Amino acid sequence: MSSVSFEAVRKVYGKTVALTGVDLLVRDGEFMVLLGPSGCGKTTLLRCLAGLERIDGGVVRIGDRDVSDLAPRDRNIAMVFQSYAVFPHMKVYDNIAFGLRMRKKTKPEIEKRVKEGAALLQLEPYLDRYPAQLSGGQRQRVAVARAIVTDSPVLLMDEPLSNLDALLRLHARAELKRLHTDVKRTTVYVTHDQIEALSMGDRIAVMKDGEIVQIDTPSIIYDRPASVFVGSFIGSPPMNFLKSTARNGDAVGDGWQVPGPPGMDGKPLLLGIRPENIRIGQGPLRGRVVVAEPLGSHTLLTVQVGKDVLKVVAPADDVFRPDQALQLAPEPHKIRWMDEASGKAIAAPN
Amino acid sequence: MSAATASSQRKSLRRRVLVDRIVLYTVAIVLALWTLVPIYLIAVAAFSERVAVFEYPKALLPTRFSTETMAFFVGSSGVLNSVKNSVIVALGTIVVALALGTPAGYALSRFRFPGRDAFQLAVLSSKMFPMAILAIPLAVTFIDLNLYDKLIGVIIVHSAMVLPFVVIVTAGVFASVSHELEEAAQTLGTSRLGAFLRVALPLSLPGLAAAAIFAFVTSWNEVFAATILTLRERTLPALVVASLNQSPLYFKFAGGFFLIIPSLFFIWFMRKYLFNLWGPGR
Repeated sequence: MSSVSFEAVRKVYGKTVALTGVDLLVRDGEFMVLLGPSGCGKTTLLRCLAGLERIDGGVVRIGDRDVSDLAPRDRNIAMVFQSYAVFPHMKVYDNIAFGLRMRKKTKPEIEKRVKEGAALLQLEPYLDRYPAQLSGGQRQRVAVARAIVTDSPVLLMDEPLSNLDALLRLHARAELKRLHTDVKRTTVYVTHDQIEALSMGDRIAVMKDGEIVQIDTPSIIYDRPASVFVGSFIGSPPMNFLKSTARNGDAVGDGWQVPGPPGMDGKPLLLGIRPENIRIGQGPLRGRVVVAEPLGSHTLLTVQVGKDVLKVVAPADDVFRPDQALQLAPEPHKIRWMDEASGKAIAAPN
Repeated sequence: MSAATASSQRKSLRRRVLVDRIVLYTVAIVLALWTLVPIYLIAVAAFSERVAVFEYPKALLPTRFSTETMAFFVGSSGVLNSVKNSVIVALGTIVVALALGTPAGYALSRFRFPGRDAFQLAVLSSKMFPMAILAIPLAVTFIDLNLYDKLIGVIIVHSAMVLPFVVIVTAGVFASVSHELEEAAQTLGTSRLGAFLRVALPLSLPGLAAAAIFAFVTSWNEVFAATILTLRERTLPALVVASLNQSPLYFKFAGGFFLIIPSLFFIWFMRKYLFNLWGPGR
């Protein structure tokens, strides 16, 4: 079937290395999200899969086929672009039919499939319009429909929601997820939005500086980030990191001490903890409230603990004053220890 | 107190806007008259009886309307043939200039290749040499190449003249067509060339049309090269210029008017596009 695999894929622009040798396997039917900050190489990786960029090393496979040197049209992929790239000189119908016509389908079949695609994305009333007469959300749906009707087993999406306004994005996100469950194509989805990644992906590949730093399911990526980078890139607000030093099996910080990871004596450690995994009440961390931001569903506290600043999620009903003294307890099984020197997680958590 | 200051400030601002507008419109009107009055006078003379040209003071309105003058011009020997030559040369110039200039413009807008900046400069630098300097060597070379007094020779020279403009304009036109559109076409099953033909080209047609019309008008109006490089196979401007000394005044007016028409059409059709080129129109 149509899995996708990258094997040691390298891409170089002049002296800039965009991809440093990426290995990635996307399983058949899987929704894989490539997530990372701008310039991390996620779009480049996608374009290498599409055939819009030549790779400078390694192999790209779709199914069992080595497609590394094939033109985009010979790879049997479909792609949704960030700008949608809907053809402005063609009506919606002709946009959706474009890929089918290029594949030399018969006229009745084209008509049938365009109708199906339009129905799937609620575009039936607009088939006779030009893209200029559509809203951004409608144009985005045209781009998706155009990609889907070709029946390519692999679907690529390059930040397809980033040009929509916030409300529409929320809606379109759910729609795309539903669509994926309906059509079950192998999907590679590029985004810099961690919420999109967490909510849509079967698995997430987090990228930084042209390489993949962690591949896993959203819940593991969120709970057990492999590095300080992943912990702070994912989650809003991001994971807290408190400086400490390992001493006799404990981690000793600025005015606090908790049981630490074994075998790290003398090394600088970071205690990683998500804001919602800190309980307020009795606990080893003592701090003062800097700011309390009521957000409706909860209150977000900024707390000064020694030299470190923590974000803490507190129940919405509790009232906090600035400068109020607090005791905080990080839930022990949610603590993620990081080696400060390398920025990497220390193995065997819990 | 402060309200009074604000209101007086508003008043002075409004006055300034008003003054700006008066200056702007005055300049615009003067410039428009500067161009339009001669054209109007030529048109009036071209469509009056022949004798009206010699009257003084001039009538500002076409009181003695007649197509006699134009008929005389069109009927003069060589005029129809030279119109035919002009049309052939202008169309030939469009074909050659677009066939060569469009790919060059596309390459400039889409690819980063070694020597790109130098190429862009070279394109413009061909405009540095005045035709007056090039004309004599060209005539000699064309005689050697057996291109002298042939329309193809004039087509070559006119194409060379408009090519820089065609390259620069088409580069701008293609740059305004998102590259992602062509990439999308490729992922949907076209080749690189197919993506160009099905997407980039149709979307660039208005701009290419402007370049084509510019080529047409430039060639239609070009006198110098056409005069030097031809003897019997004159284009219309070359014919008019060559016969200027011997021909009567009304002939000149009729010829002048005849030559203006294509330019007027060009500007009329391309107004919108030219505004896009030079900044937002209102």
